[in-house]
Amino acid sequence: MSERPRVLVEGTGSGEVLSLQEPLSFWGGVDAATGEIIDRRHPQVGHTVAGRVLVMASGRGSSSSSSVLLEAIRNGSAPVAILTLEPDEILSLGAIVAAEVYGRSIPVVLLDEATFRGLMTGDHVTVGEDGSVKRQSGPCDGLDDTPGG
Amino acid sequence: MDLSAEDRQRLAGDAGPAAQLAMRIVVRLAESMGVGRLLDITGAHVDSCLYHGQSGLDFAGRLLDGGASVAVPTTLNVASMDLAHPELFRGDEEQGRSARCLAGMYEQMGCQPTWTCAPYHLENRPSFGENVAWAESNAIVFANSVLGARTARYGDLIDISAAITGRVPAAGLHLDENRHATIQLGMSHVPPDLMNLDQMYPVLGTVVGAVAGSRIPVIEGLPPGQSEDRLRALGAGAASSGSVGMFHAVGSTPEAPTLEAALGGRAPAEVVEVSIGDLRAARDSLCTANGKGLASVCLGTPHYSIEEFRTLVSLIEGRHVHPEVALYVSTGRAVVAELELRGWADALRSAGVTLVVDTCTYMSPVLADTDGTAMTDSAKWAWYAPGNLGVDVIFAGTAECVDSAIAGRVLLDNQVWADV
Repeated sequence: MSERPRVLVEGTGSGEVLSLQEPLSFWGGVDAATGEIIDRRHPQVGHTVAGRVLVMASGRGSSSSSSVLLEAIRNGSAPVAILTLEPDEILSLGAIVAAEVYGRSIPVVLLDEATFRGLMTGDHVTVGEDGSVKRQSGPCDGLDDTPGG
Repeated sequence: MDLSAEDRQRLAGDAGPAAQLAMRIVVRLAESMGVGRLLDITGAHVDSCLYHGQSGLDFAGRLLDGGASVAVPTTLNVASMDLAHPELFRGDEEQGRSARCLAGMYEQMGCQPTWTCAPYHLENRPSFGENVAWAESNAIVFANSVLGARTARYGDLIDISAAITGRVPAAGLHLDENRHATIQLGMSHVPPDLMNLDQMYPVLGTVVGAVAGSRIPVIEGLPPGQSEDRLRALGAGAASSGSVGMFHAVGSTPEAPTLEAALGGRAPAEVVEVSIGDLRAARDSLCTANGKGLASVCLGTPHYSIEEFRTLVSLIEGRHVHPEVALYVSTGRAVVAELELRGWADALRSAGVTLVVDTCTYMSPVLADTDGTAMTDSAKWAWYAPGNLGVDVIFAGTAECVDSAIAGRVLLDNQVWADV
């Protein structure tokens, strides 16, 4: 159980990291049409989860979040991957059903603490089938290989 | 995965495409959790009937087309609108149609049209030790904590899958060993006068959720024998600010006759003394209003109980809601039927109260005015409504909410929290 990374829902995804300072409930917290964070108590209200590799310690709150994630995946406004420290079945389910109903899934992966802390908002990463998180090489190749934290 | 013969038949499609899809979802969830065994449930409470968009219709349509029918008694959570009073719905017409359509699809699967977030107010609620699959965070925390029934924190999509198969992963709060508290919250710094106030309980819940996160807390030091209404207000608050699926209150909840029993004989990983400052800060976090006039008062999140209506009826007796304020109370159809019998429904309506059934004012476009300030006695309403509706909110006690609705302006009893 403690082996990390642990893949909760298979898939691959690449994008810019959005690392959340606090847990987020998708229901009441994310606009499924746009992916914008709408929870006014959340420090990152106004940011978007759409197309991002979403990094958050855990989910929070309402059990409707599975549906909101499913709707966001359908609308193309979901994160491309969700990386957490604690498992949250509510989010896994949205991704599992998206795979069953739309044949379109996003990876949900449990990370080890060091990898988790090394991911900073703005990093460009690729999440692999095996749950590995690799930094994308870019114009500053070699410079951004060092974890920021 | 250790599957029964029936499980295998469902997976093979012998029970039809819907049972196959539902079984696949249950099994994939179990696999993602690293769980190798499933167990039987005796009932389900389904939240998937709430409309969030086309994907809900797509999923329900796939199930219905595949011949879906629930295998255990199944109740339905709130819908996106008051199905009995569609004229209260102020949302987009198309969305209203979709919401009604989705609700009808779940009825066709054999779910009971209960439309309440408080299934524990219905007859035949689960008894101590029973395994069920409940969705809706306040219902989950109530079932586990107050009834001693057993449900994991199920969400949309798995709820109906469990109802169709009658099976859930054997994990989490279904198992004895996972029902003990790991964090202890002490109340010794909180004055007894404050603990005698109903309005402290949702605020305490907000603190508990923030501190406990997804852990099981035990609260020590509350006066014993707390009412179901206070315990559920506490739980609903904790399940909004945190992911609490179960809490213990020593002397009040059935698995916490003593602190030691709640902790399962182990030392807690963390001990926190709740301070007045914590409670005040939590209360303040439930108030976003900045001086705009009072437009709405919203009670009944989760759905008001008969006992809460008893209090409301006596608070409002002989008075009338101010013409520029709307006072809404959300509750279930079954509770309204009881209100009608007691004559309370007429008394409330003639006092200017709007009873909202089947849904809840914090997520359905019911409020006539979202520009003005809203008041509520619910931590859950105060937590979610600003994001859902764009409304500014003030959390207060029920009496303050009612007095304000009648006066037409926000009246707060500042003494309640000032001198403690």
